[in-house]
Amino acid sequence: MNDRLIGRAGFLGLLGVGTAGLFYGRNVQDFVGRVVPKQLQAIVPTDGWRIYTIGDSVPNISPVSYRLAVGGMVDGPRTFTLDDLKALKRVEQISTFHCVTGWIVNNVHWAGFRIKDLLDEVKPHAGATAIRFVSAEPGYDDSLTLDQAMLGDVLLAYEMDGGPLPRPHGAPLRLVIPDMYGYKNVKWITRIELLPKPTAGYWEQHGYDVNAWVGRSNGNGPSA
Amino acid sequence: MGPVPEAVTTRPGYVRRFTVTERIVHWTHATAFFALLATGLVLYLPSLSVWISRRNLVKNIHIWTAVAWAVALVAVFVVGNRRALRDSWREVEALDRDDRRWLVGGKAKQGRFNAGQKVNVILTVAFAVLFAVSGFFLWLGERNTTYRLDGAVPLHDALMFASLLLLVGHLYLAVIHPSTRHALRGITRGDVREDWAKKQHSKWVNPDQ
Repeated sequence: MNDRLIGRAGFLGLLGVGTAGLFYGRNVQDFVGRVVPKQLQAIVPTDGWRIYTIGDSVPNISPVSYRLAVGGMVDGPRTFTLDDLKALKRVEQISTFHCVTGWIVNNVHWAGFRIKDLLDEVKPHAGATAIRFVSAEPGYDDSLTLDQAMLGDVLLAYEMDGGPLPRPHGAPLRLVIPDMYGYKNVKWITRIELLPKPTAGYWEQHGYDVNAWVGRSNGNGPSA
Repeated sequence: MGPVPEAVTTRPGYVRRFTVTERIVHWTHATAFFALLATGLVLYLPSLSVWISRRNLVKNIHIWTAVAWAVALVAVFVVGNRRALRDSWREVEALDRDDRRWLVGGKAKQGRFNAGQKVNVILTVAFAVLFAVSGFFLWLGERNTTYRLDGAVPLHDALMFASLLLLVGHLYLAVIHPSTRHALRGITRGDVREDWAKKQHSKWVNPDQ
């Protein structure tokens, strides 16, 4: 064999394996996630999470002084402490989290409450058809139609994977809507408003679809 | 296979190992690599993401560094010594019988690049191409999910780990290991001591001359 072909075959082989990785890499990652010990996750985050923020720092909210303000088109606007929220009917679910940038985390175990149980406490007006979630991160908010917010697997979560919701994941309260990309799943929620119609959230003002259905939005299929 | 460039004496006792073009390619790639590694780790590791935050800024630096890296390499290729680059690449690709013996731990005479250096270049270039391709699809897929490839994120991550391992070995041999660290002079100033070259790269600098 020509000496030169050996190096070239190696080079092209690497490119070939890498290109195959573009399509099948997730299977390899899932495998690696099973074999890498949990203790190494600080340097090899095999659980798949990436932490996205838009501001200069990650909100650091004391669970004791935390208050959730619920207002807008409601008869009884009020604020809730974390204990108030934990007194609402607790629900748990295991769902998959999809980021619009392509990473996925399977089998996330959430605990929290349904939005309906919160709204029962404040009595929304008949004309309210949308709900807006405002983050403690300055400038970040997003909204859903009430129909979307009432989907069976939408919840406001204060626990994740068996413990309190960690700070990078939106402590003490975040939205979980598994059928939509992560940017709709607002973290560090401190205010909720009932509105006549949805408003464009932070990422929607930066070009993303308002209806961020996983697999059928943001260029891939109709977003309705 | 083209003729292997002969060792040219630059000053008494020294021979040229790299042209200016090759050195610029090396340091352009090295600078971009560290900038991309630093910003990439902030985007990748949750603990760093929380500590630094400012994701938009970090991400923009990462993406524009990648663009600058690609533009700079194309520019060097256009205005630089293409022939030197082509000749070096041909040498790198040619893993001859001696190289193969050397790679499995045997003693064998080596040319201007030893077999380990050849493998390092092949891996580095392949990783760079794959980094660029997977990075491009990460960027594109974020704008339009139609172009999102399932493996772009895992591939980009895996390349980071592989490159980091390669970098550690490369830095050790170039800066610390006694018998190879003189090579650092070759990539900074262009020439190396002739006696060193005769010993380490005897097929390149003929000891009988």
